[in-house]
Amino acid sequence: MDFRDTPDEAAFRTELRAWIDDNLPGGWRDRAPTSGRMDESVSRVWSKKLYEAGYAGLTWPKEFGGQGAPYTHQAIFLEESARAETPEHIGIIGLGMAGPTIIAHGTDEQKSAHLAQTLSGEEVWCQGFSEPGSGSDLASLRTKAEDAGDHYVVSGQKVWSSFAHIADYCILVVRTDPDVPKHKGITYLLVDMHSEGVEVRPLVQITGDPEFNEIFFTDVKVPKSNVVGEANAGWGVAMTTLLHERGTLGFALTARLEVLVGKLIALATETGADADPLIRDRVAQQWIELQALKFTNYRALTTLMKTGVPGPEGTIAKLHWSESNQRLGKLALDILGVRAQLDNEDSDWSGFWQYQQLRSRGNTIEAGTSEILRNIVAERVLGLPRSR
Amino acid sequence: MDFSFTEEQEMLREQVRSFLASEFPPERIAELAESGEGWDPESWSTMAELGWMGLSIPEEHGGAGMSFLDECVLFEELGYGLYPGPYTSTIGVALPALQSAPAVLELIASGRARATFAGAEPNGARTIEDTDRMTTSAEPDGAGWTLTGVKEPVADLSIATHVVVSATAGEGSGLWLVEPEDNEVTQLGTVDTTRRMGRLTLEAHPATMLVAPGKGDHVLTKIRRRSDAALALEAVGVAQKVLELARDYVSERKQFDKPVGSYQAVSHQVADTYVSTELARSLAYWAGWSVAESTEDADRAAAAAHSMAGEAAVSACERSIQVHGGTGFTWEHILHRYYKRALSILQFNGTPAAQRAAVAATLLGQ
Repeated sequence: MDFRDTPDEAAFRTELRAWIDDNLPGGWRDRAPTSGRMDESVSRVWSKKLYEAGYAGLTWPKEFGGQGAPYTHQAIFLEESARAETPEHIGIIGLGMAGPTIIAHGTDEQKSAHLAQTLSGEEVWCQGFSEPGSGSDLASLRTKAEDAGDHYVVSGQKVWSSFAHIADYCILVVRTDPDVPKHKGITYLLVDMHSEGVEVRPLVQITGDPEFNEIFFTDVKVPKSNVVGEANAGWGVAMTTLLHERGTLGFALTARLEVLVGKLIALATETGADADPLIRDRVAQQWIELQALKFTNYRALTTLMKTGVPGPEGTIAKLHWSESNQRLGKLALDILGVRAQLDNEDSDWSGFWQYQQLRSRGNTIEAGTSEILRNIVAERVLGLPRSR
Repeated sequence: MDFSFTEEQEMLREQVRSFLASEFPPERIAELAESGEGWDPESWSTMAELGWMGLSIPEEHGGAGMSFLDECVLFEELGYGLYPGPYTSTIGVALPALQSAPAVLELIASGRARATFAGAEPNGARTIEDTDRMTTSAEPDGAGWTLTGVKEPVADLSIATHVVVSATAGEGSGLWLVEPEDNEVTQLGTVDTTRRMGRLTLEAHPATMLVAPGKGDHVLTKIRRRSDAALALEAVGVAQKVLELARDYVSERKQFDKPVGSYQAVSHQVADTYVSTELARSLAYWAGWSVAESTEDADRAAAAAHSMAGEAAVSACERSIQVHGGTGFTWEHILHRYYKRALSILQFNGTPAAQRAAVAATLLGQ
């Protein structure tokens, strides 16, 4: 057991830190802590810089534009990016979900068409999994794809799709055979979002932001060369996507929480709330939970490096992070007290904490509801009898 | 970055687990918990022969010269097996004060001595570092010293041969070593009868100075740090065991023709226990490593781990009792003994809130 960086890790960290310092957009460090919302144009520029410097897709194989680096480098990258509060890569879905799925199940043609383009940020991805009638029960999905010889004709509706309004491609799961058990008639497609018949409508959330979208597909032609894996074998491919969603998520989420805990401490100090023993207790608890998440991620990393198989820690991290993040938002509002009711420019921190708190309510729903994750822990990790 | 125990440490874990499983099955623990002495002195010699007492004691004093991290494996496994004996008191708490007493270290390594630390007082000091309110005093007496005062509660006092006592003299607080007489030791009624508490009453009792008056703070900090980490590991062992008991029970027990573990109202409680146990484990290992390496963060790592692991162990026991239904609430079932140990760990050396206050001071200033 040794929590220190190895000489190789330390060298990577030092080099990365210097690179971030040199490359952050001008005035970035002095910007007001206004909101947690992504700035698309800044992210596009940052994504390109990351790619050119070799920091996008660190763990991806070299042949696909990655670095073939160990997972510890990716962890260090996320830590240092969070510490410097850098912009985010535009391709969150592409890097975390679409890319790894194409690497695992895609054809050579698909790999050369999409992987490097995803890393550089030229190609932005969205995810078309959930539907109005299919949330946690994903396999009940009804968006259909009809066989038309060399292509499919896709019709249906997807929902909760981040980045769809700027996406070039969508990882889409569709029903290709309605006459077999529900898991067996699903196909996984890569769909060009600029195709005729694709319509994206923003879905306004409780924050007032249209972060998610609805996607309507009306007779959209998708070439069969865009099938990932085999026709009607898309369920297994989708599981790869979800495994990666939760597997790589732990570090990114924890890194983001680390930034927020730092801001929370600043808020408590500047408001004088740090004199209140009850607030102090809650701030300490947030910090302790952050450390627990961080070291649980390290433990997951050790398991992954030693066995090659991700352990159940990703699910633990997502479950606990979501609840910890929600508590943090409410603690910030308690610190602001009566002024927490103000918003936007009229509030302290320009509505930052009000936005964080409202946004956090989605955390226990998105990427697997907490109820579904508890089922996964109970049934797949602990081996309890199935609930359905 | 490497977050795993070595192969040797994993072998040690296996060895401890199988020793406790064969020597201390639930009925044996119940028998000892309800006996007058509260433990099995034979086990102490066996454990010393297996080399577990001297793991971190230097080789020149009869130990193995290994690290606190090796002992961490023991703390966790002894929690898992609910070992009734003064291992944590001796190795997890008292040891740092005995560095200036090599003869005692040798006795401990060979299994001939058991130590504990006496800091708390009935109307004064409550925690290890709480020396401001301490009333026990040390007086020079020729070449040696004498101690006068009352210490309570002192863990494992009635089965300890050597007691490290904190007291004040002219220049401030220090530490002394005492070998109490029977009439100075009163065993007190305790909730957790596998870790009993006692009262030590000293009246001008001869004592050997371990740490000079005014120099004690540094060692007290070391003791607190080490005991926080040791107790966090023990708590993780407790939580892991009651999680397994819950998992096994709800998989077997049927109501309405289905295993109760198939109902989400039950299974989600077990899942939550798993999550909080794993999070606490991560903190406890971090604390163990930080203490072993004396890193800058060791104090707050240990305090953070003790607070979270203590609470995780208590809630793990409470959920386990709940999902066992009436069975879990009976005297006959082992669960209440784990629960009482968890409660004892939670309050040992200050509440979780006090530990969080210490963490808060590092984040927000005093």
